Amino acid sequence: MRPVAVAGIGKTAFGAFPDRDLRSLAVEAGQKALENGHASASQVEAFYLGNFAGPSFVGQNHLAPYIATAMGITGVPATRFEAACASSGSAFFHAASAVAAGLYDIVLVAGVEKMTSQPTPKVTEILASAGDLSGEVRAGATFPALFAMIARRHMYQYGTTREQMAAVAVKNHQNGAKNPLAHMRKVITMEQALAGKMIAEPLTVYDCSLISDGAAAVLIMPLERAAEFTDKPVRVLGMAQASDNVALDEKDDITTLRAVKISAAKAYQMAGVQAADIQFAEVHDCFTIAEIIAIEDLGFVPKGQGGPYSLAGGTCINGELPVNASGGLKAKGHPVGATGVGQICDVVEQIRGQAGERQVKRNTLGLTQNLGGSGATCVVTILGAA
Amino acid sequence: MTDLGEGTIYTETVVYSPPEAYVNDVPYQLAIVELGGGRRVTGRVEGERVQIGDRVRFAEFRNQVPFFRKQS
Repeated sequence: MRPVAVAGIGKTAFGAFPDRDLRSLAVEAGQKALENGHASASQVEAFYLGNFAGPSFVGQNHLAPYIATAMGITGVPATRFEAACASSGSAFFHAASAVAAGLYDIVLVAGVEKMTSQPTPKVTEILASAGDLSGEVRAGATFPALFAMIARRHMYQYGTTREQMAAVAVKNHQNGAKNPLAHMRKVITMEQALAGKMIAEPLTVYDCSLISDGAAAVLIMPLERAAEFTDKPVRVLGMAQASDNVALDEKDDITTLRAVKISAAKAYQMAGVQAADIQFAEVHDCFTIAEIIAIEDLGFVPKGQGGPYSLAGGTCINGELPVNASGGLKAKGHPVGATGVGQICDVVEQIRGQAGERQVKRNTLGLTQNLGGSGATCVVTILGAA
Repeated sequence: MTDLGEGTIYTETVVYSPPEAYVNDVPYQLAIVELGGGRRVTGRVEGERVQIGDRVRFAEFRNQVPFFRKQS
């Protein structure tokens, strides 16, 4: 297997953009990644797209060639990957696997979602289709409801509190306020977070990520060719994707997500590192409880300690282990199909030392964790200075 | 349809922000109920609110969704 590098990154702003369509967002991110990696569309040998529900949100199918050709990428394989909120993490994993295997050299990976053109109950219903329609969804489960049930159980088993969850929201809003591309650039207080409108008990609106439009893209290639394109290559040291049952009621212990543990263990092994070596991370905080469980299942803190560690500030930009310096899905925004590649862009920026006010001090080894559904897919990627 | 019998609340929530199909039902309590033999099922709880560990009794299926009530 050949070492793979990220040579270019491109992101749109995340937010509600009534005047932008899905394709224009994806094209903007893709062109920025090509420009950032000093490559032209004609050099791209394959296009991988992560998108969860374009056909439901905007009605358009056959999205990968639809977007690729609009960027001038023609004739090459162009394929869409769907893995709920882990769609573009999965697209990246498969693209980098193909480059590592020697199938292609220059590959563009993008993720996109256009969500805000539908009213919230419709968006809630489309998102719920990533759950099991024959059981939990028919009974009335939404994604906030599934993670609310996970939160209740985590509180019951480990004593996790609403204040500990709110601390994740306060921290991610602080970070998002420093991110010019974030959807929500607004600092909130602990009191505001706790008093937010109830969505699914015990989760308030401040425990939930945002409904956003947006896109992100990365240009990848074998490490040995990266110097032709950039003086700041970032190496993909480890990566893994794992799966688990879709329905929450089919999982043995809902306070631990098995696909996260499996993908993390494999990615650490590939990179030859341990959890304790990771210096900073972008994790999938679709809900505040999801960030708490992520830092436990990734092995950063012992099981049950995610809440206290978050409340004590361990995950702040200046803390021991900065988590979601970008603002995370909570404040940066969560255009679901764009999230996985967006996380990779954010880690690459940190390793290059280009994260501005959000820059973490120890920045040579970072991790992304991209979750699909209530944990039926997880992709973990470990990136480091080349 | 089958009588699911009695069970224990494994976890629960009360939903305020519904999917399109259930906009007229909110707020409603949703729960994962542990039945005999460790089998779990996701359903609704009617009447008195329940919390983890409470015992519930199956009431009926509506549109294939199991409804439970707290055992007094």
